[in-house]
Amino acid sequence: MDLHFTEAAPAAEEVAAVDRVVSVAANGLKRTYLLPVLHAIQDRVGWISPGALNYASRILEVPPAEAFGVADFYALLSTHPQPPAVAHVCDDIACKIKGADQLCSELEKAHGPEGSSPDGKLTWRRSPCLGTCERAPAALVLVAGERHTEQALASANSEEITATLQGRQISQPALSASVPQMGQPGLTLLRRVGQINPESLDEYRAADGFLALRRAFEMGPAAVVREMTESKLVGRGGAAFPCGQKWQSILSAASPRYLVCNADESEPGTFKDRVLMEGDPYALIESMIIAAFATGCEQGYLYIRGECPLARRRLEHAIRDCRAQSLLGTNILGAGVCFDIELRAGAGAYICGEETALLNSIEGKRGEPRNKPPFPTQVGLFGKPTIIQNVETLLNVLPIIMQGGKAFAAIGTERSTGTKLFCLSGHVAKPGVYEVPFGATLRELLDLAGGISGSGKLQAILVGGAAGSFLGPTDLDTQMTFEGTRAAGTALGSAVVMPFDDTVDLREILLCIASFFRDESCGQCVPCRVGTVRQEEILWRLAAGRPLASRATELVMLKEVGQAMRDASICGLGQTASSAIESALSRFPLFRDREIQAEPGGVER
Amino acid sequence: MSTQSAPDPKIPVPRGPLPILPQSRPARMVEITIDGKPVSVPQGSTLLDAARSIGIDTPTLCFLESLTPVNVCRICVVEVEGMRALVPACSRQAEPGMVVKTDSERVQLSRRLVLELLASSVDVSTAPQLQEYMRRYSARPERFGEPATPAAEGERDAAQPGHHQPPETGAATVAQPVKIDNKLYVRDYGKCILCYKCVEACGVDAQNTFAIAVAGRGFEVRISTEYNTPLTNSACVYCGNCIGVCPTGALMFRSEYEMRQSGTWDESKQTHTDTICPYCGVGCTLTVHVQDEKIVKVTSPLDQEITEGHLCIKGRFGWEWVNQKK
Ligand SMILES: Cc1cc2nc3c(=O)[nH]c(=O)nc-3n(C[C@H](O)[C@H](O)[C@H](O)COP(=O)(O)O)c2cc1C
Ligand code: SF4
Ligand code: SF4
Ligand code: SF4
Ligand code: FES
Ligand code: FES
Repeated sequence: MDLHFTEAAPAAEEVAAVDRVVSVAANGLKRTYLLPVLHAIQDRVGWISPGALNYASRILEVPPAEAFGVADFYALLSTHPQPPAVAHVCDDIACKIKGADQLCSELEKAHGPEGSSPDGKLTWRRSPCLGTCERAPAALVLVAGERHTEQALASANSEEITATLQGRQISQPALSASVPQMGQPGLTLLRRVGQINPESLDEYRAADGFLALRRAFEMGPAAVVREMTESKLVGRGGAAFPCGQKWQSILSAASPRYLVCNADESEPGTFKDRVLMEGDPYALIESMIIAAFATGCEQGYLYIRGECPLARRRLEHAIRDCRAQSLLGTNILGAGVCFDIELRAGAGAYICGEETALLNSIEGKRGEPRNKPPFPTQVGLFGKPTIIQNVETLLNVLPIIMQGGKAFAAIGTERSTGTKLFCLSGHVAKPGVYEVPFGATLRELLDLAGGISGSGKLQAILVGGAAGSFLGPTDLDTQMTFEGTRAAGTALGSAVVMPFDDTVDLREILLCIASFFRDESCGQCVPCRVGTVRQEEILWRLAAGRPLASRATELVMLKEVGQAMRDASICGLGQTASSAIESALSRFPLFRDREIQAEPGGVER
Repeated sequence: MSTQSAPDPKIPVPRGPLPILPQSRPARMVEITIDGKPVSVPQGSTLLDAARSIGIDTPTLCFLESLTPVNVCRICVVEVEGMRALVPACSRQAEPGMVVKTDSERVQLSRRLVLELLASSVDVSTAPQLQEYMRRYSARPERFGEPATPAAEGERDAAQPGHHQPPETGAATVAQPVKIDNKLYVRDYGKCILCYKCVEACGVDAQNTFAIAVAGRGFEVRISTEYNTPLTNSACVYCGNCIGVCPTGALMFRSEYEMRQSGTWDESKQTHTDTICPYCGVGCTLTVHVQDEKIVKVTSPLDQEITEGHLCIKGRFGWEWVNQKK
């Protein structure tokens, strides 16, 4: 390609950072290394400078305008000079009700307003949910440099954030703080979490590791797919698509095929995949090998969100271990099976959890969802047939192989089989990840987590995350299955269960959700790009008691914007961006009190 | 200009058997129903093709025959029975048995909202097609409130993805100062509806120059060179093909822009004359727009079979000398 470059030249350390990544990028598909290269530059010098971008574009043969468009898409990359040390402080729903705004004002006192940096060395910014809601409030501290560091702090306080920004290491609570059921009998997916050293392949082996893989190799691919179909397992990433059907559908497709594990978990309130990866990383690799074996994929990608440094380190370690022990590579377990996994880190974009946006992100493009059809199983990664599966979905492959699909299908309910992980946070006494066989009611889940904390009086429950919907105290008998939540007018989504006590101002939570979608829309399609802006504006005016014409006209506009987003958006983000807000408005008498004040002139008072 | 001219008499007519051209297999037909009428279209046709074939005028903004469909504007959405969401007619292929509604209430609402969302955030004063759609769907963008404060120069280019200022009472817009950094054309991104057409025309669909791309995220998405570097320092070769496809006048000849600024632009006084570009052997069609005996801009018909309306810097801008001769 004949490319044109500005005169900006890279610094020596930027060249070294790029070269280190590119030296492993031997194959022909250069552009797929764009995001890893941008990460390397960001980690080394704290921002993506024009010189570094030019150098990366030249090496990877990407037009610099396009490379810039990619860098400028991700919240963790900066295309403007910024201090090397940045604290990303979560002010999303779960953290907001656990003092995030107080934390932010303390940081403002200590270091100046968000984004500013009096000494040029460090700064802080607000962030969407960091996926550690069970230990809210949370922060992620990134320090660029020769030895860059990434630390997730939860619970975070301003002294520790400042200390971390200045280079200190602060030890974090063990996994038991996130898994209250740890060590209890009867767990399946959480069985090993906290019970084995997640960095020891030997301990994993001793805890039944790789038994399922051996059995799968004995059974052969067709039998594995059959068991998957019989298990009636459906995806746990939100869309609830039957897993066996997905695997079956790729068997007749051309080679090469790819397997992608979706570990981008960014739905506000969701942290189950992170806990699994931190606590049982080898199990995810074993599951991926079995899935690849069954569906004939020789290359796998594990796309993990950029804000999970511990899970990423554990997976890097586990992949290295498995390669060294011939559990990944060209002849797995001497059985002639060929499969390897490349770990890719996101860089701060909720939308990259949408499967086709994720594929674009791996390909080195902007994380914009593709139009479907064609579906990834037909035209996926690099245009090839691709299976994409959520972390929790994949981990279910192990019990399915060990017990058989029929036995698995006997657990739970007729339409929701197996066990399910739920993410409980907000006003519950013992927040964390809980595993139960499908069929438990909302009340049972809340009881499991020690009941309502805070004032002790339940006001509302957010189910399924920001893309989910609100239920009220009268809905506690809802069965938390796919069919049960649907009957209650909501959806299981990513299995978020976030109760709020009666002191919480739900209007603030709605504004928080509206702001989230406005920030995280990829901006590609009109209904979502502008609709999320208008939705937030209308809610602001309603919350301030200052409707434009009247409250009634504002609500009509809100409803119409919501319907256009749901009907005409390209992807699930826009299609669900109004769901939680509409459900809250239909259930709770929000904005009514102010209306009475405001409606007579329709103006500010 | 027509590309089918009469055979040149100097070329001999062959006496022997004519060369056999591989026959294209007749396309299989797909039967669908649109607004209650049965329609039969060749396999691979889009719902837009199918609707057009029976005379239904489906609005489009980001679609252009010569560019790869990006299906981002969503104005063309239609309702397909059995589908949860509406689908973009411009890129959704017809499948046997589909039952399509192009004018249901849901369709009308989404189209109206797309127009209202666009016109409440973008200056559409030089987008006649979009204005016509607004009339057709009775769009009332003003109901979203007075426009909020416009961005200062460079402000939108400096936006951080994932962060935004709390809303104002009015409606946020993309209003911002015009980018004027070269003699040939201006970029008024306050008029940009982000149809991606210019990016496609600058990239693989025509020009292969890749001077501009989509940057930013969400409402802060914008068309940009790397780091908003001026065009004069970018890869741009001033073919003006981006101007040719821009549906809103966001990209505009500097001559037109300046005449509009000074109030002398008057389309009623303009004549359009088609001619062949004199510069090289390709033979692109030029449409010369003349006002007061001066060439004020040059376009090329988008349906021109060979070049699809794309030109190079010479055909597009190389007429200064004509004006000077006068
Ligand atoms: C906006 C958006 C965000 C998503 N985020 C995730 C995510 O973080 N993790 C995930 O597994 N699936 C996510 N999904 C769902 C994926 O698109 C896809 O359905 C899923 O990865 C398929 O895997 P599964 O069948 O195993 O659930 C998201 C979907 C949308 C629309
Ligand atoms: S719905 Fe939103 S996130 Fe999805 S493609 Fe459209 S703009 Fe992007
Ligand atoms: S004038 Fe040509 S080269 Fe320049 S930005 Fe437009 S399409 Fe690209
Ligand atoms: S500048 Fe014009 S062609 Fe380019 S995206 Fe904007 S409206 Fe479309
Ligand atoms: S970590 Fe703050 S809301 Fe999830
Ligand atoms: S014309 Fe179909 S989405 Fe724009």
